[in-house]
Amino acid sequence: MTVLAADGASSSPLHFVEYFLDHRSEDLGLLWSHTWLSVVPVIVGLLIALPLGWVARRHRWTYPPIMSITGVLYTIPSIALFVLVPPILGLDTLDPLQVPIALTVYSVALLVRVVADGLASVPDETVQAATALGFRPLERFFKVELPIAVPVIAAGLRVAVVSNVSIVAVAGTIGLSNLGQLFTQGFQLSTPDAYYPPIVLGIVLCVLLAVVLDSLVVLLNRLLTPWRRAVAT
Amino acid sequence: MIRFDSVTKRYPDGTVAVDDLELVAASGQITVLVGPSGCGKTTSLRMVNRMIEPTSGTIWLDDEDTASMATHELRRRIGYVIQHAGLFPHKTIVDNVATVPFLLGTDKKRARSTAMELLERVGLPAHFAKRYPAQLSGGQQQRVGVARALAADPPVMLMDEPFSAVDPVVREQLQDEFLRLQQDLGKTIVFVTHDIDEAVKLGDQVAVLRVGGHLAQVATPAELLSRPVDAFVAGFVGRDRGYRALGFATAGTLSTRSEPTVATGAPLPTGSDDDWLLAVDGARAPQGWLDMRASAPAGATVTDGLLHRGGTLVTQGGSLRAALDACLSSPSGRGVVVDEGGALVGTITAAEVLELIEAREPEPRT
Repeated sequence: MTVLAADGASSSPLHFVEYFLDHRSEDLGLLWSHTWLSVVPVIVGLLIALPLGWVARRHRWTYPPIMSITGVLYTIPSIALFVLVPPILGLDTLDPLQVPIALTVYSVALLVRVVADGLASVPDETVQAATALGFRPLERFFKVELPIAVPVIAAGLRVAVVSNVSIVAVAGTIGLSNLGQLFTQGFQLSTPDAYYPPIVLGIVLCVLLAVVLDSLVVLLNRLLTPWRRAVAT
Repeated sequence: MIRFDSVTKRYPDGTVAVDDLELVAASGQITVLVGPSGCGKTTSLRMVNRMIEPTSGTIWLDDEDTASMATHELRRRIGYVIQHAGLFPHKTIVDNVATVPFLLGTDKKRARSTAMELLERVGLPAHFAKRYPAQLSGGQQQRVGVARALAADPPVMLMDEPFSAVDPVVREQLQDEFLRLQQDLGKTIVFVTHDIDEAVKLGDQVAVLRVGGHLAQVATPAELLSRPVDAFVAGFVGRDRGYRALGFATAGTLSTRSEPTVATGAPLPTGSDDDWLLAVDGARAPQGWLDMRASAPAGATVTDGLLHRGGTLVTQGGSLRAALDACLSSPSGRGVVVDEGGALVGTITAAEVLELIEAREPEPRT
């Protein structure tokens, strides 16, 4: 990828808008793949975390080991995980699934605890009543426990999706197409003099993306929990 | 009918929660399980719908062995009410009530319209239907809990201390309404409480359990109070059981003497041969006693502020306990007797009630 450095005046950090307009279709492509990489692993991670969290809640003795293992997973530096995923799973280095898989691991690590704690937030007498009224275990999970756990899970999803936006950027440094590449470009163009516009653009788009995704989770939570806004009259 | 056939619950650590229980809860009646904590009353209740599985023995629902049914199907046939109602916070009141019909696959519209009727039946206004449980008081939530248990019209209801988490005034209201409801519905009910007063008030039959899950005595409330089978039951039913037993004794129709009255709003009468004068409203419902010794300005009328309202009322067919209480609580010493409609019949004195108590036939031996 060749990017021609513009004249000296436009190297001011504030010229990121011009930089964006000059490379619009390319930058939008980066934004789109960044979005995709931020969202899909969280959704897949949640789908995996739901049964794991349920197990951790249902069989209390599994809670400590599950939380320790996922806690350790979360502390592995992202760049190391990106590199480790292909050999462990027998993929090519630079397989397109390498980064999504690593990000899914992080999301699972974060969300298992959230799901287990969300399920623990369901009042005991509510679960008892559901059982006594004749809900089967799966019916009870999807119709009673999960809906009531939504606020706690949504709070965890906000953290997961926002932290994913920043971890995805790191994947740009190993050559994946996303907003992280704007930083690489910035560094490449910074010889001999510092050239800030792509770096600032990358930061601005990452923050905007994080804010938008976070708001979407908040909105989704509101739509799913009308009962939370009902207060004693 | 629910029949416990030598039912035992023993936990792996050796604790025996229920020990060889033999008990029949008759159809259409309220059977109350009562006892101190640790007596296995809740365990016994929860074995009926298999929230807890018995270690040995059989629980029969009519002529079916409950152990032979799928648990979720068994539970959908049994109404269940618990202490804090256990409503679903994420569902509206009407959908809470319609829970079991929804589970049974009843058409949503029909299930909701049945639920609306039940809400009315338990004394909740229709506009509560769209609210969420958090918007209701504890007593209101408990009514919803009862409506939810009744929604699929189960023949059997299990109630686990349903009224013990609300304040005493609301509790009494809920108990009275529950008895009225049961008169209409005639469900087979097993009711757990630690409160002996609640047990004798609600139960057609009361089973007293002692710690370790032993059944100490099964009897009607009157028999339990008059003839506790041993020292434990005697101690548990309480010291004033003689007085409470009067709650189950009536004297047919109480004979009364007529009582002079004054209408509320009328001019204050002057000069009376008695210190107390009974005030009644337009429908002749007693309002309170007027103290004739108190000086009142000339031309004053009988107003609420002048009335002593401490006295309880007894209906003509009421119990001797209620009659005695009406006398003891009345400032004039005369107990006020009313008819079923609440209109004044006359008064009775404590001495007369005592005569009735003494003339009472001894309880037949069983």
